[in-house]
Amino acid sequence: MTLPVFGRIPLSAVFGTLILAGTLVLFLFGPMLAPYGQEDVLGMPFAEPSAAHPLGLDQNGRDMMSRLLHGARMSVGVSLTAVVISFCIGVPLGFLAALRGGWPDLIGARLVDIVMSIPVLISALVVLQALGSSLPVLIGTIALLDSTRVFRLARILAQGIVVMEYAEVARLRGEGLWWMLRREILPNALPPLMAEFGMRFCFAFLFVAGLSYLGLGVQPPFADWGGMVRDCQQGILYGLYAPLFPAGTIALVTIGVNLVVDWALAGRTTIQGENR
Amino acid sequence: MSHVLQIRDLRVEAPDGTVLLHGVSLDLNPGEVLGLIGESGAGKSTVALASMGYGRGGCRITGGEIRLAGTEMRTAPRQTREALRGTRIAYVAQSAAAAFNPAMRLERQILEVPRVHGLMNEAEARVWMTDLFSALQLPDPEHFGRRFPHQVSGGQLQRAMIAMAMAGKPDILVLDEPTTALDVTTQIEVLRLLRDVIRRYGTAALYITHDLAVIAQIADRLMVLRNGREVETGPTAALLDTPQQDYTRLLVAERHGSLTASQRMHNPGKDELLAIEGVDAFYGRTQVLHDVSLRLNRGETLAVVGESGSGKSTLARLIAGLLPPARGEVRLDGARLPPELSQRDNAQLRRVQLVYQLPDVALNPHQTVGEAIGRPLALFGGLRGRALKDEVARLLDQIGLPACFAARLPGALSGGQKQRVCIARALAAKPDLLICDEVTSALDPLVAEDILRLLLQLQNELGIAYLFITHDLSVVRRLADRVMVMQTGRIIETAGTATLFATPEQAYTRRLLAAVPELRTNWLDEVTAAH
Repeated sequence: MTLPVFGRIPLSAVFGTLILAGTLVLFLFGPMLAPYGQEDVLGMPFAEPSAAHPLGLDQNGRDMMSRLLHGARMSVGVSLTAVVISFCIGVPLGFLAALRGGWPDLIGARLVDIVMSIPVLISALVVLQALGSSLPVLIGTIALLDSTRVFRLARILAQGIVVMEYAEVARLRGEGLWWMLRREILPNALPPLMAEFGMRFCFAFLFVAGLSYLGLGVQPPFADWGGMVRDCQQGILYGLYAPLFPAGTIALVTIGVNLVVDWALAGRTTIQGENR
Repeated sequence: MSHVLQIRDLRVEAPDGTVLLHGVSLDLNPGEVLGLIGESGAGKSTVALASMGYGRGGCRITGGEIRLAGTEMRTAPRQTREALRGTRIAYVAQSAAAAFNPAMRLERQILEVPRVHGLMNEAEARVWMTDLFSALQLPDPEHFGRRFPHQVSGGQLQRAMIAMAMAGKPDILVLDEPTTALDVTTQIEVLRLLRDVIRRYGTAALYITHDLAVIAQIADRLMVLRNGREVETGPTAALLDTPQQDYTRLLVAERHGSLTASQRMHNPGKDELLAIEGVDAFYGRTQVLHDVSLRLNRGETLAVVGESGSGKSTLARLIAGLLPPARGEVRLDGARLPPELSQRDNAQLRRVQLVYQLPDVALNPHQTVGEAIGRPLALFGGLRGRALKDEVARLLDQIGLPACFAARLPGALSGGQKQRVCIARALAAKPDLLICDEVTSALDPLVAEDILRLLLQLQNELGIAYLFITHDLSVVRRLADRVMVMQTGRIIETAGTATLFATPEQAYTRRLLAAVPELRTNWLDEVTAAH
């Protein structure tokens, strides 16, 4: 497989790439760039933006900008790790289920149906309550729950590809499992999976935020963007800017990811091939 | 106003700026049938759709004028164009199955045209619909419309689609390959009724097809298109008898050639390669093959013909190991082939290769031509590195493609080139038996001709046996040593090709042979009279 070469990069993709590059910088160097520590109480809660604190202070009087910078590593790290793990679990299993069919497929699919019939928040609450909320448990829980969605998508995509004649030709050649997964199914399932990856990444952000709100996500005093939205949300009632900053960063990263995914998908949205 | 449709210097561009039509002009008189012929990409459908003021998939009409019933369709406001569609000009698509909404009864979809345009009241529209159903010889015309699309046969659905187009009493019908998707025996029926209806109601028509023999039966005039340009136009008989342009001559010659070419000189081997004994096969509970037995010698070509649903493709899948038989066995060189694919060893897999109907889906869009052809070489022949590359180049040369194609992805290839690559991929395994499942039916006539020639040449060079599955009898006559006729999962008749064409024994075989359109303009009348 060769990477497509673009003569002209569309403007939206430039934006997306810039946003992601910015996120990467924050992820790597955020804490070093922050003027204050994430736990330092510096003034009145919800203080207005000023020269010393360009984004103002949060509900506990901590510097908003510093917390955003500190939170970048946590927020992006947790979501990214969780989503990568969930794809590493869901995609191979989904492909395998479609390729093998029969009872492994049946058991896998029904198992996933059962998990999916329970609201994710409830499942996550039970696991996190039982095992205690630590970062590995948090990431593992989100990854496992998310992998059921990825499994379903991967399975349905692979089912469509396995019946294609080129996959049949490969079976007639007596190709092994690895070749079928790696060379016949994966390249042709990639575009929708990439789109799903972008979306899952954003959902994981919000999910962590939801868990933080319930006290089971990223634990204070560590900052994470989702948790900061929740922490500052009462500020909305008083017409304050505070919750808009973390919400805005989440939105920006979400948009960035999706712009880049859209760009990568442009012109290769068919799963079957050309002229179909 | 003498012409119902007048197109002058029509130019159409695709969204990416490619010019699809370079100034095409045509006139259509009332009640006249104009045939538009040419290969895919010639612009036939684009002309037809543009005549309705429509560009498919973002295509833009960039120049020229289209006068329909005195209205300039290009500049007319949307409401005017929409009012004319269905009432003055109506469209019949190639696939009726895809054009009807499967969730609605036929009558609701057919009566929609008169209702939306307020042409007649409900009762009048119903009478008219019943008239049309009778004219199209649909069963029980009073109640035929109560059925859902899945409750009628393919040929009936195509006729219902013609009724739907006629429902608004249009001046012009645009017929886009209306019989191409049908079996030969169904095609002749639909063709005859379509012609009757057009004549009875004096409707003019633009008839699009790539099959010269079909269009010869129905069109008054023909227009040959190529690469978005008009090649020539003329009265049907004159154009077929004395084509003026080289391209038209080629088209006519191809059709003549495929009909009149005699049995080729070919001496197949005497050793038995493939034997099938008393095979039954099922899809779920439905039995699709009944007690099928056949024999095929080394280097021999056996054609399997029959309508869709006759079980010919199932037979191919069974031999390949994709569908295990419920009873009976398949032998290759006297040794029993395991019914399941997973039980066959490498040599057994290698010796039987399959080439499919649709090259688009038979090639993985993400593997280059070199990878696709190289894989069987590496897997079965153990070739690596330099030797592999050389062998791929040799195979490409053998199928008539330059070696640089190895680096291309299938998306950069034409349909005919893709089919060549599929053949090369099968050859790479050095098979003894090549199963060709309708390998030419998705290709344009001239391209199909090239592929057939390639297959003949390869057989002479390599001595491979072909199991050639097709519904196209003209192909059979040129290629096959023996022919096997199948109907509803049973073998009806097997005979040498010359014998079968000269003295078919079964009534069904005779019907099949009689249904192949011939290039004479009065062929349809003769066949109709003979019935």
